[in-house]
Amino acid sequence: MERVFNNFKKYRYLLFELTKKNIKLKYRRSYLGILWTLLEPILTAFVLTVVFVGFRKKADPTFPVYVLTGRLLYSFFSQSTKQAMKSIRSNSGMIKKVYVPKYIYPLSNILSNYIIFLISMLVLFGAIIVFKIYPTIYIFNAFIPLILLLILSLGLGLILATLAVFFRDMVYLWDVILMLVMYTSAIFYHIEDLDSKSWIFNLNPIYHIIVNFRNSVFGRPLDMNALYISLGYSVISLVIGVVIFYKKQDKFILNI
Amino acid sequence: MGKVVIKVDKIGMRFNLMEKKVDNLKEYFIKLLKNEIRYQEFWALKDISFKVNQGDRLGILGLNGAGKSTLLKIIAGVLKASEGELNIRGKIVPLLELGAGFDAQYTGVENIYLYGAVLGYPKEFINEKFNEIVEFSELGDFINVPVKNYSSGMKARLGFSIATIMDPEILILDEVLSVGDAKFRKKSEKRIMDMFDKGVTVLFVSHSIEQIRRICSRAIILDKGILVADGPVEETCNLYDEKYIGLEKAQKPKKKKKKKKKIPTEGNTDNSDSVPDANVEVSMELLPEVSNELLAETGNVLVADESIVVTQETDIK
Repeated sequence: MERVFNNFKKYRYLLFELTKKNIKLKYRRSYLGILWTLLEPILTAFVLTVVFVGFRKKADPTFPVYVLTGRLLYSFFSQSTKQAMKSIRSNSGMIKKVYVPKYIYPLSNILSNYIIFLISMLVLFGAIIVFKIYPTIYIFNAFIPLILLLILSLGLGLILATLAVFFRDMVYLWDVILMLVMYTSAIFYHIEDLDSKSWIFNLNPIYHIIVNFRNSVFGRPLDMNALYISLGYSVISLVIGVVIFYKKQDKFILNI
Repeated sequence: MGKVVIKVDKIGMRFNLMEKKVDNLKEYFIKLLKNEIRYQEFWALKDISFKVNQGDRLGILGLNGAGKSTLLKIIAGVLKASEGELNIRGKIVPLLELGAGFDAQYTGVENIYLYGAVLGYPKEFINEKFNEIVEFSELGDFINVPVKNYSSGMKARLGFSIATIMDPEILILDEVLSVGDAKFRKKSEKRIMDMFDKGVTVLFVSHSIEQIRRICSRAIILDKGILVADGPVEETCNLYDEKYIGLEKAQKPKKKKKKKKKIPTEGNTDNSDSVPDANVEVSMELLPEVSNELLAETGNVLVADESIVVTQETDIK
């Protein structure tokens, strides 16, 4: 354990460099650069609002904020897990030549996406002001779902990275699963508007994280049931992720 | 005799070669159900034991497929041995493939920091040595250009400059003494010689026995994954010369057909049911100078071909 910790200390600068690289290269050569982190959620939330506002059964002036919260969290989740999944393969050149702790690659991908995600939160602040939502003390609860989201993405990222080394199909399979997650996360509709709540919502950790994040933003207390479910998913996925990644990491090099 | 810095104790490396590479779920489950997943064992290294003292310069000799690179990769920590124990004291810098850690989109400056971080150096240290690295690489203004626009010589020069700027205690050299043009090669050899003077421990793989004789103080011979000789450089080289090179000469007519085959890369998933044959060797590698010349020549020929094509096209127009 101590060895692992010392090793991390030695390579934390590499983690920093790789995280920086992911952020820097993401928008390099685009004219608007880092501004896209703000523009993209605005534009997609706008599109979703225009399309789906008609599905609401009653008038809802804060619907754009509702959509934006869901979309921000979901897109972080999908981007970061997808990139973490591919990280071992895309860095195979380095892994084959020089020793570095391998978890650095998925971890740096998750972290760089998280930083971009936090920057794009500025849009949410703007939207809260524009749509006149008055934050209450509950807004401070928001960090709980945000941390759970990070843990969940890291755990799943490690699991996916390990699986993707051995089975290339994971990349496609995960795309399908992500689609299912997106439609069952109530990003652009209210669950109360549905005639019956499908059992599948309970299986979706992202849905529960979004529920609690919205509760915090809209000035409501945390939903305890959703909190326990998302906490359970996050911790279990992280434990499984660390264990299988650790067990299989020496075999990576033979398969990439 | 200094203290022992590398201790290799009964190291063995086993590769499981699937008869047919399975890397998608469907095939895996079908084969699992049919109980058809079979591995073929292949020992790239078996029962290797030796010690390296501080300041030793160990040359590793062996034909292709003897397990030299596998051994170096295990010592560098890239591969994990299937069995045996490895003890290393000191900072290792592997000069295995220069510039492997570069990001093509990044500029030279950014890559210096990235590659430095890959080698495990803190930021302050790289800041301190930054100018020295740039100067040694002779890249000049190109340092601010993305690495994807570099020539291969420039990349290798930058990689060499970063990797050797630090004073490693153990240096792993895998045929990298021929970097860049003649001038830079001289400079890089001098730098490595300087390190020798400081008492660095060296592991050196080369097919050029001349180089090994010149650089190393001790040599080992690997043959099909087994350590067959260990001793002072002269004796070992002579032994290698008569035992293996002689053999090679006798086999010469076959050399064209044979391919370098050691660890089958996973890339070739197509039904290459060929099993790595430890007997398969290449003798061309024994004369790197000749093959380099050959390469340079074929390079010229290629260029010439292109110009011919171009002229033909203009003719047609």
